[in-house]
Amino acid sequence: MKKMIWLLWLVSTLALAGFLGYELAYEKEKPNFLIGKSTHGHYQIELACDACHTSPFGGEEVLQDACVSCHGDELKASLDSHPKKKFTDPRNADLISVLDARQCVSCHSEHNPDITHPMGLTLPEDYCVQCHADVGEERPTHKGLTFETCASAGCHNYHDNRALYEDFLLKHAHDRTPSPQQLLPSTLKQYLASQRVEWPEENLHSIKGHAQVQAVTTPEIEHEWLSSAHGQAGVGCNSCHTSAPSELWIEKPGHQQCQSCHTAEVKGFLAGKHGMRLAQKLSPMTPEQARQPMQTDAGHAQLGCNSCHNAHTDNRIAASTEACLGCHADDHSLAFEQSPHGQLWQQVLSGERTAEEAVSCATCHMPRESVDHYGDSFTQVQHNQNATLRPNEKMIRSSCMSCHTLAFSIDALADEKLINNNFSGSPDNHIESIDMAVSRDVKHR
Amino acid sequence: MKTKLTLALTAVTCATLLTGCNKEEAKEAAAPAGIAPQIFTDSLFAVMKSDRTNYTKLIVQRLGPNKGDFIKPNEHWEDMAEGAPLPAQMFRYGAEGVADMTSDFTYSLQSIWPINSQNAPKTPLEKEGLQFVSDNPGQNFYGEEKLGDVTYYTAVYADVAVSPACTTCHNEHKDTPRTDFKIGDVMGGVVIRVPLASR
Repeated sequence: MKKMIWLLWLVSTLALAGFLGYELAYEKEKPNFLIGKSTHGHYQIELACDACHTSPFGGEEVLQDACVSCHGDELKASLDSHPKKKFTDPRNADLISVLDARQCVSCHSEHNPDITHPMGLTLPEDYCVQCHADVGEERPTHKGLTFETCASAGCHNYHDNRALYEDFLLKHAHDRTPSPQQLLPSTLKQYLASQRVEWPEENLHSIKGHAQVQAVTTPEIEHEWLSSAHGQAGVGCNSCHTSAPSELWIEKPGHQQCQSCHTAEVKGFLAGKHGMRLAQKLSPMTPEQARQPMQTDAGHAQLGCNSCHNAHTDNRIAASTEACLGCHADDHSLAFEQSPHGQLWQQVLSGERTAEEAVSCATCHMPRESVDHYGDSFTQVQHNQNATLRPNEKMIRSSCMSCHTLAFSIDALADEKLINNNFSGSPDNHIESIDMAVSRDVKHR
Repeated sequence: MKTKLTLALTAVTCATLLTGCNKEEAKEAAAPAGIAPQIFTDSLFAVMKSDRTNYTKLIVQRLGPNKGDFIKPNEHWEDMAEGAPLPAQMFRYGAEGVADMTSDFTYSLQSIWPINSQNAPKTPLEKEGLQFVSDNPGQNFYGEEKLGDVTYYTAVYADVAVSPACTTCHNEHKDTPRTDFKIGDVMGGVVIRVPLASR
């Protein structure tokens, strides 16, 4: 009997070891190795351990490299106020001993849901005091302010202060007119040309010369294509439905095909929550996997480029609001149609105004950005909808200031209630940062 | 007999010792001589001072608002179409670039009258050195200090106002603790640190 028990124990242990060993070595997703719920920023890829733990060997530097490989470009573009290089000088040894700001995980540790604050912060919210305890001596306006308010009151961010730094506040303190809006080239052809993209131009006659196209096309598809931006730019069927060098027909092209022309857009899509699972070679994101409220009938929709951009009609108007509201069902999204922004958008749908004169979901969450590349300047759409989402002051310059003053934008984005009702009303509180900057400037003059 | 043996042993011992000494000396002579820390830091400072002076005089003073007004030297230059890094920022970018490549030395620009309080001397040796180069124009300051677990050779060199671009900006900045800088004044100091091998 004893032997049987030992044998059973041995077999069970070996089976369990085999099961876990197989998952560890061969499965992309490793649910049995998840050591704790991850943050809102990483939960979609939390089962792909090797997304962050890129090597079984090494310590903090492995995690640091993983953080930088996904977030490094964004931090650089944000003119990071606390880059690692500020803390590597030995004279900062005393600061490092209190808070090692050289490592991302010092402030953003993962799998610690009980101590995780907004922005994935896993430090007590008064972390600023560690280095800036004497701020009241330099800035009398800051005397008496409590330290958990530095980064939670619409005044400062640890990384991105592009819309909050003192000279910017002063520059726009008395603005009454909005900053000019970025405009995309009016046609796809002009847009692709600005991105230095080349393609074989085709027309309805030439596309029928391809046997594969002839076999699958219908008058309806041809009509949709001709009316679309792709059709008008002469981007033929083969540009999307085949892939070099094999030239095999691809029935449902994915982001891999789109990125051959729309490189920056796909890069943004893969960096955001819509595409980050695909970036890790996981199955596509579906609304049912999301933590925030989603429309129940959209639960199984698999997110790719075509989820928002219909394959043949390619309607940018639909992609910029209708597509979003087809899945998102949080308070802010549900309030859009009745909000002042939503009312303007209704006028776009009824043809009373152009999309450039209104506000869609994409206006704020996928803003148009001016990009400089080796002296060339062009406008493109940021397809990482998280790039300007948190902290929300990141969208002040890219979106809000196209229509609103800086002062109103700061106040509005600091008002949780106003965000939830999609900005139907006025901010309840006033953030004093611009007033403080102006009063200091007046005293100096 | 006893005397002869003693003499012989003494001779052997001396010969052994002498031979040993000669070997050590020969080894030292064969090894490449290291650079003394002071020569190392003095040389680094010569390069830094030359580059810093050239950027301030040839770019910022000549092309900035003091003369041509083609560029706008500003702390937030990246956010301005005509913005250009301030001389102090240019110096810091150099230090950060060096830190990306080597940890054999680090350097920074500091002042006992800093516009940005992060650039005030922090360690006791920095404070002593900055005060020394301010009180003794033309002289450098050298010392050793332990930061964390590492001992450093630390050299401090005076940073002198070389053009109106330096004095005007510092005297008029809203965060400046001193408003009477003149050309030729010591405005701060360059601190160069070299980690010494553990002893």
